Amino acid sequence: MKQWLHPGFWLVLILVMGLGLWPVFSRDAATREVGFTILLAITMAVSLNIIMGYTGYVSFGHVVFYGLGGYVGMYLIDALKAPLPLAVLGGGIGSALLAFLLGKAILRLRGAYFALATIGVNEAVRTFIANFKPFGGPTGIELQFSVYKPYGGPAQALWLTYYAVVGISVFAVIFSYYIKSSKFGLGLMSIREDEDAAEVLGVVTPNVKTMALVFSAFLPGMLGVLFFFKNGNVEPGDAFRLGFSIESLVMIMLGGQGTLLGPMIGALGYQRLRGTLLTSNAMIGTLPLKDFQLVIAGLLMLLIILFIPGGLVGWLRQRFPRLRRILI
Amino acid sequence: MDIGSLLTSLVDGLLIGVVYGIAAMGLNLIWGVMRVINLAHGAVISLGMFGVYLLFSSLGLNPYLSLALVAILGLLMGVIIYIISIARVINAPYLSTLLATFAVNMIIIGLGTAVFTTTPRDTGFSLGSIRLGPLSLLGTRLVAALVTLLVTGALYAFLYRTRVGKYIRAVSNNRGAAELMGIPSSRILALSFGIGTMLAAIAGGLIATFFSFTILSGDIYQQKSFIIGVLGGLGNPLGALVGGLILGVLEGILPLVMHNTWVPVIEFLLFILILLIKPSGLLGGRQ
Repeated sequence: MKQWLHPGFWLVLILVMGLGLWPVFSRDAATREVGFTILLAITMAVSLNIIMGYTGYVSFGHVVFYGLGGYVGMYLIDALKAPLPLAVLGGGIGSALLAFLLGKAILRLRGAYFALATIGVNEAVRTFIANFKPFGGPTGIELQFSVYKPYGGPAQALWLTYYAVVGISVFAVIFSYYIKSSKFGLGLMSIREDEDAAEVLGVVTPNVKTMALVFSAFLPGMLGVLFFFKNGNVEPGDAFRLGFSIESLVMIMLGGQGTLLGPMIGALGYQRLRGTLLTSNAMIGTLPLKDFQLVIAGLLMLLIILFIPGGLVGWLRQRFPRLRRILI
Repeated sequence: MDIGSLLTSLVDGLLIGVVYGIAAMGLNLIWGVMRVINLAHGAVISLGMFGVYLLFSSLGLNPYLSLALVAILGLLMGVIIYIISIARVINAPYLSTLLATFAVNMIIIGLGTAVFTTTPRDTGFSLGSIRLGPLSLLGTRLVAALVTLLVTGALYAFLYRTRVGKYIRAVSNNRGAAELMGIPSSRILALSFGIGTMLAAIAGGLIATFFSFTILSGDIYQQKSFIIGVLGGLGNPLGALVGGLILGVLEGILPLVMHNTWVPVIEFLLFILILLIKPSGLLGGRQ
């Protein structure tokens, strides 16, 4: 139980809760939207960190779990008239199931081969869904307006999805910390450092890796349902956007992979930067600055990889050894 | 279905497959020499497309002459990308090079989108078509396939008949040992990366002569390059040509027996299956 008293854990938890509750108190729809985007990013990054940061398997296809979960949930809501909580759970389970089926197979691949396979999986699922009639093929699923009625109309439904996202992101932080401080997490980190050695020491690597992938897939599966429920429709291009996976990677690298605080800080920083760029009116020559959002993200990522591969948290821990007790 | 259209689809597929093959060859060369998956490949393919398009439509330069210019620029660009983004992390874990090349991809695509927007472009260049019995082939595709074979031949001559080519093969076999023999390995790595991106630029330029494209199109061809690379064996340049032919035939024949939109599903499933069963590729040796 001693692990739950760690100040580093409470720091992250309070940060995320503070972020989540801020729009609840201000009752302002604009701050709620900002909060929604940031919490979504934080949960994506925190969940990807389980397989990438803790286990050392770089996935370019994390968005596949978000998209598939979203589709499963939207299908449950639209075709089977399921209530939202059930659909959210269904989305999470659907993604976890895909991760379980994939896990044993693609997690045998190591290094760059695994990364390539995850791109392939995302594209295969995207192109398959675009042909899959029950999920609406290329046009996807569009919710009827009446769906929002049981939740007190669309405006109230937006708040409801927001509370759910706050809940999921808080759960993500607790869950991620629980994994990190457990024996299971120790197994994951030993796989990251040296998989063969881990195996020799008795870590059943195929099972442990698969569980890590399942855990990291469950959270985005639930998020996908909430996002597309709020959005009102889902289509293959939005659901399986490779760029979203990459953004999650950038956030983790920015904050520091393998840490609890890193993905959270990275997601917050990246989203703030993106928001600032998108709403900026500055010009570069004759072109608006906001067109260069991708360029700036790319430059930022390149600089971090080349000069501070540990990310912000890694750098702080190295530079100020005293902070190591707090920044985990 | 008559035999004429079947044959036309087949030969069309082969001709386009060869061009895909040359993009994949670049990817394979880079992977073979330095174990880097170049995620900036698609961006360079896009630049190749725009290079030929701009030279042809604004300066009126013949597309194949433009291609030579684009190839040289591609080589230079590859060397610069290597020096800036890869040299520092070449010995770091593979994640670093994956993300570094992806960052370059984001920068190029971001700049390209800002400057060129994402409206579709078309060079509008045509060489007419040639009829051979029941076959009807587009001239541009025929020439593109010929250019590809020429470039492949030249690459082979370079790798197997010149001293620098020998250096490249030595570095790809064992970098440490090559360095001990006095080969300037960092310069050879930069050159290999340059040749790899040059092949991507050439592929892009050739594709621009017969398909319309946007700045984002390179991504699609990059994914095709991955599929081809895995088909033919990552790190095996000649395998890429064979892999390209296989993919080309699949793309030519599959639409005749199923709906067009199912073709990429089959391709990516094939990709994952081969990665799982034989990651060294259909033609590759043992890992």
